[in-house]
Amino acid sequence: MAEAPGKTAPAAAKDDSQKRQKDMIGAHFAKLARAKENGQKVVYTFVPGNLTELITALDLLPVLPEINALQSGMRKKSAVYIAEAEKAGHSEDVCTYVKCDIGMLKSGNIGPTGERLPEPDLLLLSYTGCFTFLKWFELLQQEYHCPVVMLHVPYQPDGVVTPAMRQYIVDQLENEVVPALEKLAGKKLDRDYLAEKLKLSAQAEDDLVWVWESARHKPSPIDGYFAGVYYIGPIFSAFRGSQDAVDYYRLLRSEVQARIDAGKGPTTPDGDLDDQAVRLVVEGPPNWTSFNDFWHMFSKEKAVIVASTYTRVGGLYDLGFRHDAADPLGTLADYCLGCYTNLGLPSRIELLAKYVRDYSADGFFINSVKSCNSFSAGQLLMLREVEKKTGVPGGFIESDLVDPRYFGKANIENRVQSYLQMLHARRDRSLSQIPARTTAGVQGVLS
Amino acid sequence: MTPPQDIQRSPQPNGRGNDPCATFIGRARTLFDDKALDHVKAWKAAHPGALAIGHMPIYTPRPLLEALGCLPVAVFGGGEEVDIIRGDSYFQSYICHIPRSTIELALSGTYDVLDGMVFPSICDVIRNLSGMWKMLFPDRYAAYLDLPQNFNSSIGGRFYLHELRRIANDLTARGALPLDDDRLCRALADENRRRRAIARLDALRRTDPWRCPASEAYLLVRAGAGLLAAEHAELLEGFVEAAPRRSGRPLDNVRVVLAGSFCEQPPLDLIVALEKAGCDIVDDDFQLGLRTIEGDINEEAPDPLAALAQAFLDQGRATASRYIDKDEKGRALIDQVQAAQADGVVFAAASFCDPALLDQPMLETALAKAGVPFTSFKFAENNGQFQTIREQAGAFSDSVKLWGAAH
Ligand code: SF4
Ligand code: SF4
Repeated sequence: MAEAPGKTAPAAAKDDSQKRQKDMIGAHFAKLARAKENGQKVVYTFVPGNLTELITALDLLPVLPEINALQSGMRKKSAVYIAEAEKAGHSEDVCTYVKCDIGMLKSGNIGPTGERLPEPDLLLLSYTGCFTFLKWFELLQQEYHCPVVMLHVPYQPDGVVTPAMRQYIVDQLENEVVPALEKLAGKKLDRDYLAEKLKLSAQAEDDLVWVWESARHKPSPIDGYFAGVYYIGPIFSAFRGSQDAVDYYRLLRSEVQARIDAGKGPTTPDGDLDDQAVRLVVEGPPNWTSFNDFWHMFSKEKAVIVASTYTRVGGLYDLGFRHDAADPLGTLADYCLGCYTNLGLPSRIELLAKYVRDYSADGFFINSVKSCNSFSAGQLLMLREVEKKTGVPGGFIESDLVDPRYFGKANIENRVQSYLQMLHARRDRSLSQIPARTTAGVQGVLS
Repeated sequence: MTPPQDIQRSPQPNGRGNDPCATFIGRARTLFDDKALDHVKAWKAAHPGALAIGHMPIYTPRPLLEALGCLPVAVFGGGEEVDIIRGDSYFQSYICHIPRSTIELALSGTYDVLDGMVFPSICDVIRNLSGMWKMLFPDRYAAYLDLPQNFNSSIGGRFYLHELRRIANDLTARGALPLDDDRLCRALADENRRRRAIARLDALRRTDPWRCPASEAYLLVRAGAGLLAAEHAELLEGFVEAAPRRSGRPLDNVRVVLAGSFCEQPPLDLIVALEKAGCDIVDDDFQLGLRTIEGDINEEAPDPLAALAQAFLDQGRATASRYIDKDEKGRALIDQVQAAQADGVVFAAASFCDPALLDQPMLETALAKAGVPFTSFKFAENNGQFQTIREQAGAFSDSVKLWGAAH
């Protein structure tokens, strides 16, 4: 389907759950804007391996710079912020989330709701699954001159958590992280209150997994990537362990159930996608600066995303993990260890192959992000290995998270379109006559 | 690929003949050129049944490997020499060069002589490369070594000891000697001897840079990549003892510290180009692994493995891959500049090297505050053209000489 050049895709219509989420986020940012006058202390931290229950159990307010960066991308502010950071000496080669955040800071630190974000009273460096996190908070420390507390989470190279890894995290939590947070909060951690929060986390996690797995239906009632990033909003940010999150996921679940009952697909930039020609699994973060355009490239071809790895960066709950109120620090250690980017490449390949099989996908697609070595290094091998394991063809494009210079719309659209058309043809004809390798695969990338 | 002409042609710095250091430089040069790892093959032939274990930059505890009877072999990618044919199909264009040349060499069989590989936790590229290795070479041993970022001995130290024991047990299961305190003490003593020899080489570079240009010091340290510590120490000691007999004269160069090249290595010609542009590189972070631990490791400790772990916690040098928890960021670089009485800093980071490039603005801020001039450029290990870099370094050197500041 040809599109007029430069035309921007409309946004998908909003459900009640989305409106509820918007209100929750709005209220959180309003609290942040008033934090200093209300004497509330603010902790900056990262999404993977976040310790939200611990932070909020001490009445501290979390800020997640990655979410601010992606919001800046969606609000078309990131190009200016990145330019600001590069002007200040940051390399063009490094993660654009970092530069977007630094540029935002240098431009007045105005958050997604238009209000100023408070400076951090503490940087909680949960070093889980990405080396850049370490550098990011060292950089912020130079800007804010506030204390930093590090939580080093060992990597899972072989997909195995050893007792030594778990103990290392628990030791850090017990001896360094909790004392630092208590000092900031000016009070002792109430461990019963923390356990209550962890129970709420597990309830919300149950419903989130139910929503993810609803995509096994045909037609899938959800889009597990483009809409999926909204679904994970509350649980991956400030709300895990809250009643608000439990209510949000209950509401979301009921909406998805209603769509299943009505035989409907998800709402997309092209309206309700009930007639789904292609089911895909996606690896890699989305592009935020042209989010709707990117989504539209799939929805206009009647492609629905049934599962994605990006939506698991804040927790692989669908592999069975739930926060366990009976062992608060141990469960936080398990949580941190299990985030998607903390898994070795062989485990990531296994997971993608599992999603392709479990969700009866026709193909899988990798959006390889220039900014992000954590995700991207090794993805070309993943492409080949998942193809080998599943027999379904993979597609591959390169873009960026928040740097619009690296979202070549025409080029990406061509690749997506030729990949999807190949899948359409493959479905229509005898599967055995068409080899797995695709024009949008490795050859396409390197040409 | 022809070796850098200047190092070949001039047996002594400043073009002097009859160099008392020629044997040592020659041996280092031969090892540097041995991309086929023939010397590792020869070592294995002389030590039947012993294992050769490759490791990526920056830091791997080599004394542990030596104590297990293994030959540690530092792998630095392919440099300028290796044509990338298959490696590029494994890495996108925006990823640094060292993993692609490492994969290229592995796929072409160069690393078949290695019985295993250790991938230390220095960045996400090396981390993911460890997983690729497991997929591509399932029959070979590949260990990811998680270096602690918590430097409390009862927390990070305890975890690190588990990591060291795990690797030791894995290697023993594959034919290495079992971990033994006496052998480890001897390996620590050898490592200390090597460190002292490197420190003497570094001191010579600082006092008499014309007797030991950075390009030669580079070769001499790099020679240790595939040598046991004692043998490497012998080579370095031989050079340091012979060097005072070298003739020559001081040059009117600026003294610089080079930072940012701790993993992917710049081409040797690039180091020579910087020297030609008027820079005496009096300190650097090339091949940082051999210099990561500052000072001696306690070789008489009742528990030598704990001593090795403790040395990493307490004496580990500040690098871009190590969390700086207590000290001020950039302090270590300023100390280095002062100790070397350097006039400025040259940042030379590999393109797309996250740790180096994310670190650089913080180090620049610290240098600017301390009034230390600096300049920066990026390279790739297979760069062939240095004209721009040479001009930039020349302009930096001139401005430092004229005004004492360049940024
Ligand atoms: S490198 Fe990737 S995972 Fe790390 S901060 Fe940047 S975008 Fe996030
Ligand atoms: S050059 Fe830098 S980014 Fe590349 S592997 Fe080495 S440390 Fe990692």
